[in-house]
Amino acid sequence: MAIWVEENAKLLVQGITGKQGMFHADKMVEYGTNIVGGCTPGKGGQTVELQGRTFPVWDSMFDAIKATDADATVIYVPPPFAAEAIMEAADAFDAVKGEGVVVCITEGIPTLDMVRAVAFVENRPGVRLIGPNCPGIITPGEKGGAKIGIMPGHIHAKGRIGIVSKSGTLTYEAVAQTMSIGEGQSTCVGIGGDPVNGTGFIECLAAFQADDQTEAIVMIGEIGGNAEQEAAAWAAENVTKPIVGFVAGATAPPGKRMGHAGAIISGGKGTAEEKFAAFEAAGIACAKDPSELGAVLLESLKAAGLR
Amino acid sequence: MNIHEYQGKALLKEHGVPVLEGVHCTTVEQALAAYDSLGSKVVAVKSQIHAGGRGKGNLYAPESRDLVMEGGVKIAFSKEEVQTYATNILGNILVTIQTGEAGKLVRNLYVESGCDIAHEYYLAILVDRENKSVLIMASTEGGMDIEHVAETTPEKIHKISVDPNAGLLGYQKRDLGLALGLTGAAHKAFSKALTAMYGMFVSSDCAMLEINPLVRTADDEIVALDAKVSFDENAEFRHKNWDELRDLSEEEEVEIRAKETGLSYVKLDGNIGCLVNGAGLAMATMDVIKLYGGEPANFLDVGGGANEEQVKTAFSIILEDPNVKGILVNIFGGIMRCDIIARGVIAATEALSLDVPLVVRLAGTNVDQGKAILAKSTLNIHPADDLAEGAQKIVELIGGGN
Repeated sequence: MAIWVEENAKLLVQGITGKQGMFHADKMVEYGTNIVGGCTPGKGGQTVELQGRTFPVWDSMFDAIKATDADATVIYVPPPFAAEAIMEAADAFDAVKGEGVVVCITEGIPTLDMVRAVAFVENRPGVRLIGPNCPGIITPGEKGGAKIGIMPGHIHAKGRIGIVSKSGTLTYEAVAQTMSIGEGQSTCVGIGGDPVNGTGFIECLAAFQADDQTEAIVMIGEIGGNAEQEAAAWAAENVTKPIVGFVAGATAPPGKRMGHAGAIISGGKGTAEEKFAAFEAAGIACAKDPSELGAVLLESLKAAGLR
Repeated sequence: MNIHEYQGKALLKEHGVPVLEGVHCTTVEQALAAYDSLGSKVVAVKSQIHAGGRGKGNLYAPESRDLVMEGGVKIAFSKEEVQTYATNILGNILVTIQTGEAGKLVRNLYVESGCDIAHEYYLAILVDRENKSVLIMASTEGGMDIEHVAETTPEKIHKISVDPNAGLLGYQKRDLGLALGLTGAAHKAFSKALTAMYGMFVSSDCAMLEINPLVRTADDEIVALDAKVSFDENAEFRHKNWDELRDLSEEEEVEIRAKETGLSYVKLDGNIGCLVNGAGLAMATMDVIKLYGGEPANFLDVGGGANEEQVKTAFSIILEDPNVKGILVNIFGGIMRCDIIARGVIAATEALSLDVPLVVRLAGTNVDQGKAILAKSTLNIHPADDLAEGAQKIVELIGGGN
């Protein structure tokens, strides 16, 4: 088991005929992701070639899911249309099969669009939204696996560490750190760096706690908001598996947005210091430097009798 | 993206929120003419900068840094006073609790009619990250630092969360008005103003709309006496008018230039320049530099798919900062290939005849090719295998921390 997407999950790609969509769909097929087709309004009936194979394109997500029984979709649609793409996918999954995973990679979606989209998804309880503005989710398999997003597949291997992070490249760093101590990953989830998003830290921690394959968790946060603090408090009560944490942005000046739309310290709240303190209070082993994540994880695994 | 008070008030007025008559001025002459045209015995002469705390700030002469006047917002009771205040404000540096010591040059002034204030309230609309909805906050303690009110008397802050499916509902407006102790005509006026403000927040894609104070006049009218408006930059594509509202002189010129080339850059006070892919990793890189005794000179995210040209621009932007004594490049290649970055780094160092130490840490896609390219170069590039090693090396090369 892994969380939310099995290694052979059937995947649709929204925006598959666009430059980004096609580039990443190709990389996903190369990794071994079970892509079953794509959706681009106005291009239904066409096909796309990925890694020498032919994939169908539908006009609507409703038709695409009915035809393929897809488990998940990944969205590479430009910001003005991305929130609607999320809602279309959520509506279609809900109507056709009552469940589905919607992964939105798009960066730069207006916040108020996301407020509407998240409320829309929450009204369809079987549907899970991951992102937006995230690297996606990956469940590495024995051979290939389900790479749903833009992360480099080759740095991953199947294993027992669950990773959850707000940031893209910092997630890759965490993956490399697990590999440096000979550990693979169960599932890695990038929840995204926007102020309003779908799946949060707590849902990831709950899923990792319930997942048999996952034996330890790496949680990477960053400045802004208080999602990390809430997750830490929740973990202290509910998670028995070892957690290792890092928070980016200890040196960020207040009031400045640091790349990610959500990464801003406002009114002295949302600092890295505050978040590290919450982690430590919850018994999460912290690395002050991402290059130490491997070493801290190894120690935690040993302390838990897992190494 | 922030806008000035006078621009925010124009928007409020457009959406039906009552504001006082006022005139935007850039010269003392305009301020005097504004006084005449407003026909109000008492006017407020208000410095316009993109920072709060103006009233309690101080004005300094740009060269000598001598104190010119205390207070960046003044109440004038005569034309002579308007002249004095406008002269003291325009062209001088306003230092407030939010600007830092450097302060901001005041280029714009707002001259506004006075009004008879019965009570000052606080009102703000923003996106609540935790509830994933629009939040309206109001308090009877207007005109004060709201963070102080939140800390000392949290019960005086009233909140409503707007259901995105239902919108702002009548009972919510009623309840909020009652919580503020409003009755009769003032309660009605508040409800109407709140509807208009919420409408503006949503239709203008605001990130924040703060009215402090929102006042009840002696005639039971509700008027926005201040306006702090910022927009969600992600929504820029559907607001053509933002170009006109943007005051580039209030923003860091180099940050704007970086944004135009697809880079995300924030200048800091240290001496080690950073060039990183990904916002989270860029922040982590700054943190680790500090952890090993150095001080980062900037945040710089080259994004997911930077090309050679962007890497070169990134280098030139970093080097414009005279404090930079060394540079740390930290790339975890995903979509971005390390060999392309390596070529970009070499091209940039050659083109810019780089004369400060350079440490390059590469990982991820095509890392071996990337490292081979750097190793073959005759340039003085120090390789590092991980972030900690990279940070330690650059701190050492510039001779320790600050």
